[in-house]
Amino acid sequence: MPSPIRWMNAALSAAFAMSMAAGAAAEPVSERRAAELERLVRHDCGSCHGMTLKGGLGPDITARRLAGSEPSALASIILDGVPEKPMPPWRPLLSEAEALWIADYLLKDASP
Amino acid sequence: MTKPLKLLSGLIAVFATVIATVISASLGNAERAATGPRGTGDLGIIIERATGSVLVFDSSERRMLYRVEGLGDLSHASAVFSRDERFAYVFGRDGGLTKVDLLAGSIARRVMQAGNSIGGAISDDGTLIAASNYEPGGVRVFDAATLDLVADIPAIWSGGSSKTIGLVDAPGRRFVFSLWDAGETWIADFAGGSKPVVTKLAGIGRNPYDALITGNGRHYIAGLYGEDGLTVIDLWQSPLAPRRILSEYGRGEAKLPVYKMPHLEGWALAGDRFALPAVGRHEVLWVDARTFDEVGRTKVHGQPVFAVARPDGRHVWVNFAHPDNDTIQVIDTHSRAIVAEWKPGPAVLHIEFTPRGHEAWVSVRDGNAVEIYDARTFEKKGRIEAQSPSGIFLAARAHRTGL
Repeated sequence: MPSPIRWMNAALSAAFAMSMAAGAAAEPVSERRAAELERLVRHDCGSCHGMTLKGGLGPDITARRLAGSEPSALASIILDGVPEKPMPPWRPLLSEAEALWIADYLLKDASP
Repeated sequence: MTKPLKLLSGLIAVFATVIATVISASLGNAERAATGPRGTGDLGIIIERATGSVLVFDSSERRMLYRVEGLGDLSHASAVFSRDERFAYVFGRDGGLTKVDLLAGSIARRVMQAGNSIGGAISDDGTLIAASNYEPGGVRVFDAATLDLVADIPAIWSGGSSKTIGLVDAPGRRFVFSLWDAGETWIADFAGGSKPVVTKLAGIGRNPYDALITGNGRHYIAGLYGEDGLTVIDLWQSPLAPRRILSEYGRGEAKLPVYKMPHLEGWALAGDRFALPAVGRHEVLWVDARTFDEVGRTKVHGQPVFAVARPDGRHVWVNFAHPDNDTIQVIDTHSRAIVAEWKPGPAVLHIEFTPRGHEAWVSVRDGNAVEIYDARTFEKKGRIEAQSPSGIFLAARAHRTGL
């Protein structure tokens, strides 16, 4: 195998392993907790982003708008908030796995 | 009457009763409403935020009359009432403006007036409805009878287009609102007709998030998210001079996370002081209603969302942002101490007092109910089931400036 392709294969399998790891990290979210998180997103994140997530005082966070964002980047915004903006840090209320679950949920086309 | 005739008239009576029963069983909201004259002064609506519907209720009988559907996205909705208290104008999140007939239990008119909206107001003469919009940012004004567009006031400033918040009515066919992005307050004066004269006050503070106007229509108070304090505008003054108040409060302290923005509403006057929710602090702030100096603070259970004064001003009821939103606290305005606290249920979103304050109606979103309390003893008086209820609006608001 020529080396660039081998390198790409390696990169791909590393990426695959990482995504599996991310999946594993999100695993502790039980089905029941997932339902609670979905409700939290719709109703509580919804106080600023709208129940349909199309935005309000806070920006549009529909899957269409967020497309291309890294789940981990979104999770870190959820956990730590945005300085100087009303987006609060949710770390006191959510685990990292839960924040990642929300990031994945937002990135899936879950609208409306 | 001869016997056969008596029999015949008896039969006719039975037949008529049967017909009436059949008809009433098949009646919709509108027909049922026409069964007899009634007033609307004790009616109100409950927003069902997830299903795009509102419940019309009778606050005297403590029961739901109708469910009116098809109002769009009501996830952040509010309402104002026509002067005759027959119609509610409901402002939906998706820019829908719906005129609901409380007597018929039906939609009288509906327009999509913007893409993303936050609330509205009705002019003192009852002829104009103003809606405050995020997208496109600005205020649009409609004819209250037809919902035809009367005026469009885009919130354009040097930084582009701004979201508008804190829209209220002021005496003299005026509307007052603030620009979240620009930190300005604008007054649109319709005294001269359908073309408003707009006065712009810049530099009222960073990110005003909501505002109220006092019941006499004199003071407009905007809460600031981007800095400590609030801004007061005395509309009796000439020239108008916005004044920063409470700018020292919280200085140097780290703010607590705000999981839901507080609301300011014209119910906040409690005796000779205002009760205002702090932002990023678990406190209710007390402000002298004449001098606007801070006169005290009360530590509360969480980030306050509404601090609503009972109409006599003796008590203030407070609800809270997520994750403390299962609780109500009642503060005595005299002592500024908490005199009652209980948990009506998961996600308490709104509190509405009856006009003279004998009862408080409390929406419990995740309990799918509105709980009704005696406003003095806190005893539960009743309950109305509702789907994810949020705002509760009584028709008597029609006669209050700023509501």
